[in-house]
Amino acid sequence: MGYTLVYTQVLEFFPYLVRGAWISLQISVLAFFGGLFVGLFFATIRTYGNKISNTLVIWYVTFFTNTPQLVQVYFLFFALPEFGILLSPFMAVLIGMTLNAAAYLCEIQRAGFLSIRQNELDAAKTLNFNLTQQVKYVILPHIMKVLFPPLSNHYIIMTLGTSMAAIFGVEELTGRAFNINSETFRSVEIFSLTALVYIAITFIATFLLAIIGRYFFKAKIRIIQ
Amino acid sequence: MPQIEIKSLNAYYDKLHVLKDVDVKVEKGEIISLIGPSGSGKSSLLKMLVGLLVPKSGEVKINNEVINYENKKDLRAVREKIGIVFQQYNLFQNMNVLKNVCIAPTKIQKRDPKQAEDQAIELLEKVGLKDKLKSYPDELSGGQQQRVAIARALCLNPQILLLDEVTSALDPELVQEVLDSIRLLASDGMTMLIVSHEMSFVKEVSSKVIFMDNGSIIEVNDPKLIFESPKEKRTSDFVSKILRDK
Amino acid sequence: MERLIEEIPSFFTIWNIIFLAKAMGVTFLLTAIGCLVGFSMGLLLAVFRKTKAIFLLPLRIFIILYTEMFRRIPFLVSLLLMFYIFMIFQISDNLFIIATITVCLIATAYIGEIIRSGIESINQTQWDAARAMNFTYFQILKEVIFPQAWKVILPPAFGFFIMFIKDTALASQIGVMELTFAAKVLNNKGFSPLLSFGSVLILYFILSYPLDRFGKHMEKKLATNRN
Repeated sequence: MGYTLVYTQVLEFFPYLVRGAWISLQISVLAFFGGLFVGLFFATIRTYGNKISNTLVIWYVTFFTNTPQLVQVYFLFFALPEFGILLSPFMAVLIGMTLNAAAYLCEIQRAGFLSIRQNELDAAKTLNFNLTQQVKYVILPHIMKVLFPPLSNHYIIMTLGTSMAAIFGVEELTGRAFNINSETFRSVEIFSLTALVYIAITFIATFLLAIIGRYFFKAKIRIIQ
Repeated sequence: MPQIEIKSLNAYYDKLHVLKDVDVKVEKGEIISLIGPSGSGKSSLLKMLVGLLVPKSGEVKINNEVINYENKKDLRAVREKIGIVFQQYNLFQNMNVLKNVCIAPTKIQKRDPKQAEDQAIELLEKVGLKDKLKSYPDELSGGQQQRVAIARALCLNPQILLLDEVTSALDPELVQEVLDSIRLLASDGMTMLIVSHEMSFVKEVSSKVIFMDNGSIIEVNDPKLIFESPKEKRTSDFVSKILRDK
Repeated sequence: MERLIEEIPSFFTIWNIIFLAKAMGVTFLLTAIGCLVGFSMGLLLAVFRKTKAIFLLPLRIFIILYTEMFRRIPFLVSLLLMFYIFMIFQISDNLFIIATITVCLIATAYIGEIIRSGIESINQTQWDAARAMNFTYFQILKEVIFPQAWKVILPPAFGFFIMFIKDTALASQIGVMELTFAAKVLNNKGFSPLLSFGSVLILYFILSYPLDRFGKHMEKKLATNRN
């Protein structure tokens, strides 16, 4: 039995599909920056905190980096109601992705802390830079440059990771593909188009990040290797 | 008949014009030093001779035969005749000294392994490293590594040896041991093209000195004359700057 | 809370435990096969991507497109796409096979990049010196580059393996009986979601954490060996 690919039937849904990318963007941006701040807090504890809080953070990071994000969100979505906490699908995904991101971004930012070069700090001190000036002129620029590539990379990973939200009914890009699929049954066409949209999104994101990196942080990331 | 004859050679590295209408003649047994500022094309000239930089136009003749650097057979043949030693990272880090020297004769030239090994040991003895046969490159000093690299190039029995700034990456106290090895080769009659910043060594060992700047050959002269009474102004500018810094 | 404690014995029955163990096996199999194939094919991709011959240009373009594609599409979408392609064009209806093939394709793209990075980390002079001695491209890779590059390749490749264990969770969405799917099955059967998803989280942890520790240990050993 033959099956012919008919893209025209699906193309009328294309605008609807692509608008889903906006929701994907919301999730990825919110979860990324949420994870960035929480992760920064954790990274600070890891570098400067006392033994107990340090250990707690280590447990947190170890747990979240050794278990799948999908199951973490399943847990939030299905298990929390047992404790009376009802989360909407969007919130469950957002919180889950944020908690997950916090663990990874904690480790990335901690590496940034550790990359501070002592001899640069010493030089700044001998030139009578006060603490604020040391941070502003020596520490921050260097850390930003070191952190920009791995953070950008993780952001791209998270952008792709938002597709998981479809499983919980969120109408982001993949979620809308599911919807179109159940209406037209043109599965191969729809999901191949969705794949193309993700490729386009990540190229745009990588390109923008490369530009931002080069001009603001003097960090270089490659678009295609 | 010159052993090497380069005529009107032009070469590009991406968009950069690194060799501009270069003409060089090298007789058998001559030792020619190339001097000049960074980026003048000295290293590019050596790389071009062994086919690591393909010429855009011009002609190269070795032993009166024209070499087509785009032809695989010609390329293999020319690499049999010319050996090269680079500035750094010469040796294969994953092999010990003996293997570094033997591997090409054995695997590429397909010579008898025992014979290759014997020659390798002889050459390593010549450069003073007989007791380091089983050492790995990261266990050797820079000077020792370069001497192994020279032995390795020689084990292929080349007619011509190219030395590309072989002491530039070395700590000062390690430079002499490498220069001593090169002096030894000079007295054996090997044709050599040397790119170097060691001006006193250049004066001592060369039969001719070529000054290059910005991809072109500015002056070719006797070593003594090029330092004491250069013909071109650019040459004298460079020479006085170098000698002043010494 | 008491309800939870009550449920525990009925959750941890022999049947359930065996069920979860099997699912864990499927997760591990998917990951292992994916990474083994991914490493072999990724090696081919990396090697051929760096060739210079003109007649191999189409192959190089294909490799670049392939790699970029599978690295820029979410795993879920790749799985679904392959699922529907296999189903609709009637290639196979075995879910495990579909998932395994998809997983191999994805792993090949990612590991191929890791290997390529490793190759590129070796100093260009090593290539120049070998080429000047008439080594062929493949001889250089075999005798000079790979013996040095594998130390740079192994840690991130192993790290990818560990990450991949978690990514196989998405295969649950096309019905493969791996750990996440098992959690859903148990949850749908009426067991407490806390126990269902909680125990699966712990099982993933048990799979991943020892490997993670081993990987970090190996990385430390390789780093000191190099010096």
